[in-house]
Amino acid sequence: MENLLLNIDAGTIDWSRAQFALTAIYHWLFVPLTLGLAIIMGIAETIYYRKKDVFWKHTAQFWQKLFGINFAMGVATGIILEFEFGTNWSNYSWFVGDIFGAPLAIEGIVAFFMESTFVAVMFFGWKKVSAGFHLASTWLTGLGATISAWWILVANAWMQYPVGCEFNPDTMRNEMVSFSEVALSPFAVSKFCHTVTSAWIIGGIFCVGVCCWYLLKKQHERMAVESMKIGAAVGLVAALLAGATGHKSGMDVARVQPMKLAAMEALYDGGTEQGLKLIEGIEVPYALSIMATNDPQGFVPGINDILNGYTTPDGRVEPSADEKIERGKKAISALAAYRQAKANGEDATAHLRVLKENMKYFGYGYMRDKSQLVPPVLVNFWAFRVMVGVGCLLILFFAVVLATLYHWPKFLFAKRDITKLPAWHYWAAIMLVPLSYLGSECGWLVAEFGRQPWTIQDMLPTWAAVSDLQSSSVIITFFLFLILFTTMLAVEISILFKQIKKGPKS
Amino acid sequence: MLTYSFLQHYWCFLVSLLGALLVFLLFVQGANSIIFSLGQNDNERRLLINSTGRKWEFTFTTLVTFGGAFFASFPLFYSTSFGGAYWLWMLILFTFVLQAVSYEFQNKIGNLLGPRTFQCFLVINGIFGPLLLGGAVATFFEGSNFIVEKGNLINADAITPIISRWANASHGLDALLNPWVLVFGLAVMFLARTLGILYVINNVNDENIRSRGRVRLVGTAIPFVILFVSYLVHLLLKDGYAWKPENGEIFIEPNKYLHNMVDMWYITVVMLVGIVLVLWGIVTEILRDSKFCSSHSSLFKFAGIWPAGVGTVLTVLSLLLMSAWNHTAYYPSTADLQSSLTLENSCSSYFTLHTMFYVSLLIPLVLAYICYAWRKIDSKPIDQEEIANDEHAY
Repeated sequence: MENLLLNIDAGTIDWSRAQFALTAIYHWLFVPLTLGLAIIMGIAETIYYRKKDVFWKHTAQFWQKLFGINFAMGVATGIILEFEFGTNWSNYSWFVGDIFGAPLAIEGIVAFFMESTFVAVMFFGWKKVSAGFHLASTWLTGLGATISAWWILVANAWMQYPVGCEFNPDTMRNEMVSFSEVALSPFAVSKFCHTVTSAWIIGGIFCVGVCCWYLLKKQHERMAVESMKIGAAVGLVAALLAGATGHKSGMDVARVQPMKLAAMEALYDGGTEQGLKLIEGIEVPYALSIMATNDPQGFVPGINDILNGYTTPDGRVEPSADEKIERGKKAISALAAYRQAKANGEDATAHLRVLKENMKYFGYGYMRDKSQLVPPVLVNFWAFRVMVGVGCLLILFFAVVLATLYHWPKFLFAKRDITKLPAWHYWAAIMLVPLSYLGSECGWLVAEFGRQPWTIQDMLPTWAAVSDLQSSSVIITFFLFLILFTTMLAVEISILFKQIKKGPKS
Repeated sequence: MLTYSFLQHYWCFLVSLLGALLVFLLFVQGANSIIFSLGQNDNERRLLINSTGRKWEFTFTTLVTFGGAFFASFPLFYSTSFGGAYWLWMLILFTFVLQAVSYEFQNKIGNLLGPRTFQCFLVINGIFGPLLLGGAVATFFEGSNFIVEKGNLINADAITPIISRWANASHGLDALLNPWVLVFGLAVMFLARTLGILYVINNVNDENIRSRGRVRLVGTAIPFVILFVSYLVHLLLKDGYAWKPENGEIFIEPNKYLHNMVDMWYITVVMLVGIVLVLWGIVTEILRDSKFCSSHSSLFKFAGIWPAGVGTVLTVLSLLLMSAWNHTAYYPSTADLQSSLTLENSCSSYFTLHTMFYVSLLIPLVLAYICYAWRKIDSKPIDQEEIANDEHAY
């Protein structure tokens, strides 16, 4: 077994991971704004459709313009992500392609065409199609983007919690046996709801931030106030939903990826009645147990518990990492013996039985040492805190913005006029935009760093999933994409700033 | 009816159809490759870019869906070709990323790189996108230098645990050293350019650009026809990799593609119809202003892009089916004959293909709304006035 991994260049694995992370991080700068602004511009255009007030047409067109500038970069980074599964993770593509490829294909057929068709009507159809058809196109553009998010998150959720599949020793891959289990996995549902609502938060805070800029500059005040009502309402609803779905995601992680949860909490030795560390030394009693199990007495295993094995209060025994590695190696050896026996025309039933008995731990057979099973704790710990902290701050922020806009409760907000606040209020709101992006990216860091070393949980570690490439090739493409994406990001930010400065049609 | 073999062929058909539609939609790249030649000033270039700019998402989406459908139905190809021919695919992707942002960014205030830079990006994508994609498709006939051994994943004595491996260090760039790959790549590039000119003539309401386009059309269509016919003759004469259904063995069959054309005569007929339509589309536009046109107006009823576009789809679809149906290895390995990929040894499981079959029934609906939206947007040719009054013009 040791020999099996000796010939993989460690640099290839690290740089392939870095390249995928780079692309995903950049992609996630643009996608949440696309999903979030789709709601804002959809609402603005719906109001125009109902009231026929040209002010709302200009408002919708303004947000659509910002949407368009951002949309192109989302598309550009997205195509790279899809093809990188093949270019950098070729073993992965075969080992689970039978399951993983389907959501990507459905995403293309159902979502991408809807998005790309109606986005063209939305941009260029104002004078060519009826108002109703145009409004439908605007919402269908957002719906297409959201359906696309559904299928890619189904694929991602499957990697975190592989269900609906069986290993086929003859084809040497996992094969789908239940489409509904894959497409409607509870893990996928939670992930979709949490991710999409978090994207709406980005749309909301971006909208409020831009409006605050206008209020600071005393420009386009009507548009700013009216758009802020939409942005803050969308933001508050989304932030509350993200909190609720985040809790459900936390419970899912505790159930199927306990190591990720332990890393998020830097919890080495777990147990019942676990508190949640706000930061090192400050803890909310019982909160971690509640977050993970909905029960203040709930049991949460720590990193050492998972490595050494543990027994839950209800008597379930979880094997140690060493035992899992041993069983994983047994599965791999049984598979090799099975294939040899089949090639020789011998009876392979006994090998198949051993394989099936140990298949659950197949991926552990690629481990050299149990320490490889521990994800980077520091990154997970802080990324989780930044994500949750920013989310809580935004709930408060959106609530205060709405209270100020609607002067409720009266004893606190009766005399506050949103257009006449001290400048630092507006600056604070504007500064929340990059902070929200940081929180959003941190969410993905937790999701992806937390599942290391697995590309597919318990099934395939990163070092058995890569392509046969020289690290130098991946290094070159990494830096090519880094330069390209960074340059384009700089251009996009510059254009966005200028466009915001120019403002909507008066 | 939905046997495993039927589903393999059905998905091959759908992937080929997506590939054929992609080649047709490369008219976006083709027109972009000559924006500096067709458009003699900034206004004309802007008109051209806004014309193709309303279609670029279709090309892009078709490319992405082509990749996704290939992944879902033939994952071993995805694994072997993308992971092996790394540089070839990366260069293709790189040019498409350049294109994706170029429309939206080029004429916006705050564009740090200037409009000319993004126009150059469009030209780069316009030339190298079709050339490299054509080169990649040519490897379906010419073969690639790879080895597949699924047992590597568990074989301690293997050179590497990775199941598919490129047999040289160039990772796909070696394909471009094969002159026939280049011939096919250049044929696709000139075809894209031909289609681009035909599209512009139909879609842009500017007489200068149209008349310039008709002149350029001759210089573009001639090399396309020469390159395409040369490759077709080469294909008819070359050996192919065939697959024995009895034992799965792959062997060299002389004149395999000629045999495919005879055995699958109905596909050959479709291909010939496609070729005639492409030629008809080209000739239509070249002769549009001639006396012959005015005396035979019924022959020139349709704008050239329509017969040429339909013809392109039919021809490319037929060629791709020739590469895979009739027990043919569609991705031949020049390093190890038995590693060659066939529909049978590289496809997804019956369950996945069967499930995806029902998803594919949505495709007519998708095509219907695309056609409807396209008609609405293209109800009249684009002109300078429209650009001047359009808030979102590129």
